[in-house]
Amino acid sequence: MVAAKIHVNGRDIPLGDIPAHTTALEWLRGIGLTGCKEGCGEGECGACSVLVARAGVDTPTEWVAVNACLLPAAGLDGQEVVTVEGLGDPDHLHPVQHEMAVRGGSQCGYCTPGFVCSMAAEFYRPGREADRPDADHGPNGFDLHALSGNLCRCTGYRPIRDAAYALGAAPGGDPLARRRDEPAPPPRPTRLRHGDGAFVRPAALADALTLLREHPEATVVAGATDWGVEVNLRGARAVLAVAIDRLPELRGFTVGPDHIEAGAALTLTEFERRLAGRVPLLDQLFPVFASRLIRNSATVGGNLGTGSPIGDCAPVLLALDATVLLTSADGEREVPLADYFTGYRRSVRRPGELIRAVRIPLPPAGLAAFHKISKRRFDDISSVAAAFALDVVDGTVVRARIGLGGVAATPIRARATEAALEGEPWSAATADAAARVLRGEGTPLDDHRASAAYRAAMLEQGLRKLWADRPPEATA
Amino acid sequence: MSECTERSEGRERMPGQHGMSECTERSEGRERMPGQHGMSECTERSEGRERMPGQHSMRELSARPENAAVGVAIPHESATLHVTGAALYTEDLVVRTKDVLHAHPVQVPHAHARVTALRVAPALAVPGVVRVLTAADVPGVNDGGVKHDEPLFPDEVMFFGHAVCWVLAETAEAARLGAAAVEVDVAPLPSHVTLADAIAAGSFQGAKPQVVRGDVEAGLAGAAHVFHGALEFAGQEHFYLETQCALAHVDEAGQIFVQSSTQHPSETQEIVAHVLGRASHEVTVQCLRMGGGFGGKEMQPHGFAAIAALGATLTGRPVLVRLTRTQDLTMTGKRHGFHVDWRVGFDADGRLAALDATLTADGGWSLDLSEPVLARALCHVDNAYWLPHARLTGRIARTHKTSSTAFRGFGGPQGMMVIEDILGRCAPLLGIDPAELRRRNFYQEGQSTPYGQPVRHPERLHRLWQQVLDSGEVAERQQRIAAFNAAHPHTKRALALTPVKFGISFNFTAFNQAGALVHVYKDGSVLINHGGTEMGQGLHTKMLQVAATTLGIPLARVRLAPTRTDKVPNTSATAASSGADLNGGAVRNACAQIRDRLAAVAGTMLGADAADVRIIDGVARRAGAADGVGWDELVRAAYFQRVQLFAAGFYRTEGLHWDASVMRGSPFKYFAYGVAAAEVEVDGFTGANRTRRVDIVHDVGDSLSPLIDVGQIEGGFVQGAGWLTLEDLRWETGGPARGRLSTQGASTYKLPGLFDMPEVFHVTLLTDATEDGVVYGSKAVGEPPLMLAFCVREALRQAAAAFGPAGISVDLASPATPEAVFWAVERARTGDGRGQVLERAGEAVHHG
Repeated sequence: MVAAKIHVNGRDIPLGDIPAHTTALEWLRGIGLTGCKEGCGEGECGACSVLVARAGVDTPTEWVAVNACLLPAAGLDGQEVVTVEGLGDPDHLHPVQHEMAVRGGSQCGYCTPGFVCSMAAEFYRPGREADRPDADHGPNGFDLHALSGNLCRCTGYRPIRDAAYALGAAPGGDPLARRRDEPAPPPRPTRLRHGDGAFVRPAALADALTLLREHPEATVVAGATDWGVEVNLRGARAVLAVAIDRLPELRGFTVGPDHIEAGAALTLTEFERRLAGRVPLLDQLFPVFASRLIRNSATVGGNLGTGSPIGDCAPVLLALDATVLLTSADGEREVPLADYFTGYRRSVRRPGELIRAVRIPLPPAGLAAFHKISKRRFDDISSVAAAFALDVVDGTVVRARIGLGGVAATPIRARATEAALEGEPWSAATADAAARVLRGEGTPLDDHRASAAYRAAMLEQGLRKLWADRPPEATA
Repeated sequence: MSECTERSEGRERMPGQHGMSECTERSEGRERMPGQHGMSECTERSEGRERMPGQHSMRELSARPENAAVGVAIPHESATLHVTGAALYTEDLVVRTKDVLHAHPVQVPHAHARVTALRVAPALAVPGVVRVLTAADVPGVNDGGVKHDEPLFPDEVMFFGHAVCWVLAETAEAARLGAAAVEVDVAPLPSHVTLADAIAAGSFQGAKPQVVRGDVEAGLAGAAHVFHGALEFAGQEHFYLETQCALAHVDEAGQIFVQSSTQHPSETQEIVAHVLGRASHEVTVQCLRMGGGFGGKEMQPHGFAAIAALGATLTGRPVLVRLTRTQDLTMTGKRHGFHVDWRVGFDADGRLAALDATLTADGGWSLDLSEPVLARALCHVDNAYWLPHARLTGRIARTHKTSSTAFRGFGGPQGMMVIEDILGRCAPLLGIDPAELRRRNFYQEGQSTPYGQPVRHPERLHRLWQQVLDSGEVAERQQRIAAFNAAHPHTKRALALTPVKFGISFNFTAFNQAGALVHVYKDGSVLINHGGTEMGQGLHTKMLQVAATTLGIPLARVRLAPTRTDKVPNTSATAASSGADLNGGAVRNACAQIRDRLAAVAGTMLGADAADVRIIDGVARRAGAADGVGWDELVRAAYFQRVQLFAAGFYRTEGLHWDASVMRGSPFKYFAYGVAAAEVEVDGFTGANRTRRVDIVHDVGDSLSPLIDVGQIEGGFVQGAGWLTLEDLRWETGGPARGRLSTQGASTYKLPGLFDMPEVFHVTLLTDATEDGVVYGSKAVGEPPLMLAFCVREALRQAAAAFGPAGISVDLASPATPEAVFWAVERARTGDGRGQVLERAGEAVHHG
């Protein structure tokens, strides 16, 4: 196996003898690249944002911004990273750095390198057309959601928005722009051992499954957006971390006649791009699922695999009647997502088993909505999440699926409410009656995010809002 | 149109507005205290008094020369360093320092408990652990505060997560594991973790100040409408992006050098010295810059710097204390939450007649800055409104939580919250539009605050208000909002305006002084030092502009050195918005001394009287002459003539007086004013809301640096809106984790994000706003804009009310999270709008 190294700002740097839990942020700062900062250690503030080169959807390579505080450094073995220092220096500012500087985009400056990297990723986004703005983007095609995972405590953001909107297209000779036309660095097998811990990136799914069978104590790591928080905030340390996020067998995406199959290791960003609007309910989910920075790392399978009762994928996939494909050295089985969760952060997934893919039946329901209740509109964790998928035929609800998060120990289906809707005319009276049933679903708790009373009220209001927001054609 | 008439009347003197007693009181006040004086007297007096060299009368202080570098919109002086990651913060120095030890606290998970045993041996067995610091190691005073109630190594745990000792190790990981290995035995003690608990138990600390004017009982008895109510609102976490950090070294002679992320290097120095039992001249504290402060680094850094310094002296190695975000959230102080009981009287026209309020601040476990914060709160209950009779009582609860401390506004926001909440809740009961109710109660010329300070320039409030109405197209938008609301049963919009009047100066008069040290080198380059710290607010940028302006040279010739206690001693905290006023005065004073000496040299060279020489754009000329001598040549000539090319500058704010024992006087140099209007939209299903548009006109005097000032206004506004609508500190109140902060991360404590800023955001600086007696006619800007955000809360209240019948008084919890707004909407819908606002007198009240 080749000695582990990371290509940073144009130079190969040996990974060195580091503990397996070392984050990319610690590693980068340790080699003197102190531009990236730790603001929170849990992927919420974006001060640690850096760019990595990944295989793109529209171009061979894309520059993707990620939270370096969550990524294991070993996970970047063989990869290309650009930090704020690699974009420009005080005498040669990158266009993003220039706009941020002259417009007052920095005050204390601590969050600034992270903003610069997130902004640079959007600056280089292949689909961005600086001269052809549309309603969802700024005057230069800039998608502000690229900055949804970066917090600034000083500026109030207006000058940062102005800087983003002032950016033109990448100039012709720009090396990072040109880099997009070359293939992305392929993932490569990695094995790092230090003290009591090891990090292993197997080359293929079969290797991963063998490893997991031999080491049931291993921690499976995909995007590390959950595991990284455990490492940083709660001192979790893996005896063996097995990275599965680049396994090709987990990254497929196929659209068949009756279902879509999406690989579990697709990041949320990749999932969104591959779906290309085929499932409108998921399109309501993506913008409010954490931040762009997190979506660039977090995977579909990881979000289900952690089994969190407040993960936002599960309610939506429950409403879509999705199934999960569980694979192990012994073979593969398909489990309806509704049967997958068995308790708080527990599921039917056995030791040694991985989620390989999720299947979403086609066509999706005609009337669908995702309501995420949270304190902050973007980049927050749900206090309640409710996904609705109704098929209304000739004015009658023929099929109802409602997935809920945040109101029980697991994500749940609102089965009583579904029953109250199915077979009934889609009317104000039905919605009203069902809303009262929905209010009683689950066992919501009081916590720092919301009171139990508010959570229950939000369930009820969700169905009322679904009715009030109904598109005219769904009313029949 | 009646509004306009009233408004223009408002600008004139309205003798009927203030009674004789008030005038008498004020003039008596002046006569009684001859040593203290108002503005005009002050100018006269300082003319006659011996002045320090380079110091000028107040009018001269505010006058700007030709082609001044002040007033030019330039980016932050470190902007290119920020955007390239080259700007260094304290922790960034570690990779550039050899053999650094890392410190980790041992935090005890009890709200209140006595430490009965502390066993550090298991930690020393952890590989990499070098030493455990305990109380026995302290050679000086075991205290990290200035009130001697903050033991650095406590034997009594006073809040959940209180650190009782610190582990030093070769790596952060080893220090963490070492800290986990330390065994602490405790005997739990009773605790108070909510304000209500503390009030019920009579758990208070510190002074109980009272501001009294007139006769409140008589005022209430004579009022046409009397209401009373209560309000409780939460604190706020600073969430500076850079957590607390200090790196200490000891040099070969035992000199201690601490690099600290501190707003108050001199106090950090003093506390490091007293913990180590050393004199101040043995300790130097430097602050390169902070990754945000907001008041959270005024007092809080001292103890951490002392830990680092103690570790460095005991091990001989550099020691880093750098808190993780969780440690910072669970160990350091926050904005004070308050509980307030109030009674208010209005006359038949809705004018405030009397206010009786008791403000209880949640001080947390130690006194910290709670007394001055409370004093400022009491001095800002009036905000922009004339209160003929007032009795404002303050007290500080002691709770078993982190120590509440300074936070941008320093009690001002909490004080203003009281009156803005009262006006917002009472307006519907009075049947008066809330904006009109506010405007009608504005201060008029000749009136004074409840603590006796004349309100100078109240006409600016009226000007700002009108400008926001005009530029914000408020009248047309109110019509559009009414039409929108009529057409949308599930979504409501509202627009609210609120004013700010904020007193500038430290309440404590002695703090209103500053120093600077300015060097002009032989090559004409200039290096300035001053006592203020840079936390992102742009102070250093302004100081460069002040120096270039006073010397009359291009900005590029001036460079700024890091803030260090061995360059400028005995500095005040960079706080109270006063950084530019105080340090600008000192930098200007130092530069003026040098400039005057150079003018004499130039006079000789040009055959002119020194008094006629002006240095403009780096050339010294006789006024009106074409020929001159260039700066570099002039400096060289001065050097060879053995003219001193460096100077220490000093500034003290004149005209202040404050008697804390009776809470009376004129503690503020001037008032900063601003007005903001916010339009919000509320979803009736969820309480979720958006701020559609905000218009601000703010008074910064003549801006020293417009790009910086607009940044302070916008940033302060969004931070204030965060406090009022989003940021939600929650503590466990029961169970084994009682007293634990449950929102101890960025994932649970939500700051405003990019999509929380107003979608349309207009900020305008008031023009023709020269402030006499302040450096180059400017006004302070750091804190006042935070309080402009009350308009967001008031707009949310009005939007919630729009879901119900007219005339409903909406009680809106704070922070007004979507959940709080939803419950307000529900109460409005059900007509349960009386809230806690009760009418005591059974007299005519207009219900809608």
